[in-house]
Amino acid sequence: MYALEIKDLKKTYNNGTEALKGVNLKVQEGDFFALLGSNGAGKSTTIGIVSGLVNKSAGCVKIFDFDYDTHQAQAKSCIGLVPQEFNFNQFERVIEILVNQGGYYGIPRAQAYKRAETYLKQLELWDKRDDMARELSGGMKRRLMIARALIHEPKLLILDEPTAGVDIEIRRTMWDFLTKINKQGTTIILTTHYLEEAESLCKNIAIIDHGLTIEDTSMKALLSQLNTETFILYLQSPINETHNLNSEDLSPFDIHMLDENTLEISIHEKMQFNHLFELLTEKGINVISMRNKTNRLEQLFICLVDKNRNNPDLVETLQQTSQTENLDG
Amino acid sequence: MSWSEKFNALKTIIIKEYLRFIRIWIQTVLPPAITTALYFVIFGNLIGSQIGDINGYKYMDYIVPGLILMAVITNSYGNVVSSFYSAKFQKSVEELLVSPTPNYLILIGYVAGGVARGIIVGIVVTLVAMYFSDIQVHSYAVSLLVFTLTATLFSIAGFINAIYANSFDDISIIPTFVLTPLTYLGGIFYSIEMLPDFWQTLSLANPILYMISSFRYGMIGTSDTDITTAIMIIIGFTVVFFAYAMHLLNKGIGIRQ
Repeated sequence: MYALEIKDLKKTYNNGTEALKGVNLKVQEGDFFALLGSNGAGKSTTIGIVSGLVNKSAGCVKIFDFDYDTHQAQAKSCIGLVPQEFNFNQFERVIEILVNQGGYYGIPRAQAYKRAETYLKQLELWDKRDDMARELSGGMKRRLMIARALIHEPKLLILDEPTAGVDIEIRRTMWDFLTKINKQGTTIILTTHYLEEAESLCKNIAIIDHGLTIEDTSMKALLSQLNTETFILYLQSPINETHNLNSEDLSPFDIHMLDENTLEISIHEKMQFNHLFELLTEKGINVISMRNKTNRLEQLFICLVDKNRNNPDLVETLQQTSQTENLDG
Repeated sequence: MSWSEKFNALKTIIIKEYLRFIRIWIQTVLPPAITTALYFVIFGNLIGSQIGDINGYKYMDYIVPGLILMAVITNSYGNVVSSFYSAKFQKSVEELLVSPTPNYLILIGYVAGGVARGIIVGIVVTLVAMYFSDIQVHSYAVSLLVFTLTATLFSIAGFINAIYANSFDDISIIPTFVLTPLTYLGGIFYSIEMLPDFWQTLSLANPILYMISSFRYGMIGTSDTDITTAIMIIIGFTVVFFAYAMHLLNKGIGIRQ
């Protein structure tokens, strides 16, 4: 069963903006799924439609097999939403926000209070339960929205840029928490601009651009498309022209000297690091550390979006390919 | 949602709405009590003593029902319009929209909050009125029916206003330019029999006249309009407004993109 199935989803706003031109997505139950796209690509509109905040113009949305058009209440009960913007009453107490949200899902107040205690403790907000929401810091507000989205224990948790503007320590705490609830069986859909976050957390990924799905595949399959990676190498001692970086044996590697202690090297997937290091050692160049120039997913993301924009015909091909893959899968 | 889940959802909205206005009672409950007391002192005692009886009732007793109902109308309307618009403004309305709570329960919950404030303010204003006048309630049944229906009708009206409102200005335009004039011209301080024929006929087009008149009948036993007609008119408006508010909610106007 799919946790979420979207077919040919379209949305045109009243001002004529065509936000979605035919999004197709399938998210497996138990998945940790990344939904990526540039600003204005259509991610939030898609999430808005799935969670009931935006009316769709056309298409079909199913949540755990509940058709949104015919079984809206059941479909909504399966979803917990953490939106991009803070959307709670700033003048309500933290505990009230959670207990009320539980009530909207039909949970008795006493039970909602117990659940609120559980999630507030897990997200380290229990001490703040009697504070007004507006008194919380940005990171606390984000965690409050996660706790609120979990109060009815949804099977599908959708997070729209949950770590935006959150410091790295809290971001890592949130990652650990999300990984834990995903392991416990909650399907998670995550949109984020931190591609490192998507790469380290998510098993499958879809990329939306200009209202169309341009990629929908596993993270592994997507990353395998990246056939060249660029690394920054930090050297033990300064180099100069005598080291002869332009020699013929190094020519298969695309080498640029950034400064006398740093090299930028692009390596094709078929080339071996051992060979590179042997050649460098022969020339008296010792590497003390190295790192990826950019995140691998970021490199691919930019490449795919650029391709899509420079070659609109590619969209159709990519969609057909991804639909065939889905059918095969 | 099962019936018990729906009951929990409705109870949650009502409790939230009740706590919202009770927590700020100095802004919500106290002002109408002070305003009404001033009306009684100025119009009832100081000016009223110069006016004499209307339809055989002391002027002070005659204006009491209208002043109570005016407080109910203003507060029921104001409660829902400000609460629902604030929820829209802060986007906290999304908490309800993403939940499986049916639209009719959202409407009933907010309206119940408005009615609750109308009842509490009505009781407070009645207690103030009892200090200044010596009213013996003519019909509890008619008084309570008109009181509750009026609070319900104006709570729904406040909800509709909040749905259309795009700014805080929009939630004060209707109360200032429509509700207050209609209320004042609805016979709070006078009987329409005192007006020339033309204005008397025109007054009959004001729905608030029927509410004030029928409530006055329930409180002191005199009315400018037929009670049955008045109650039917109030029920009719309530049904139409409820249906319209449901239509707006189902379409998502003002709340869903």
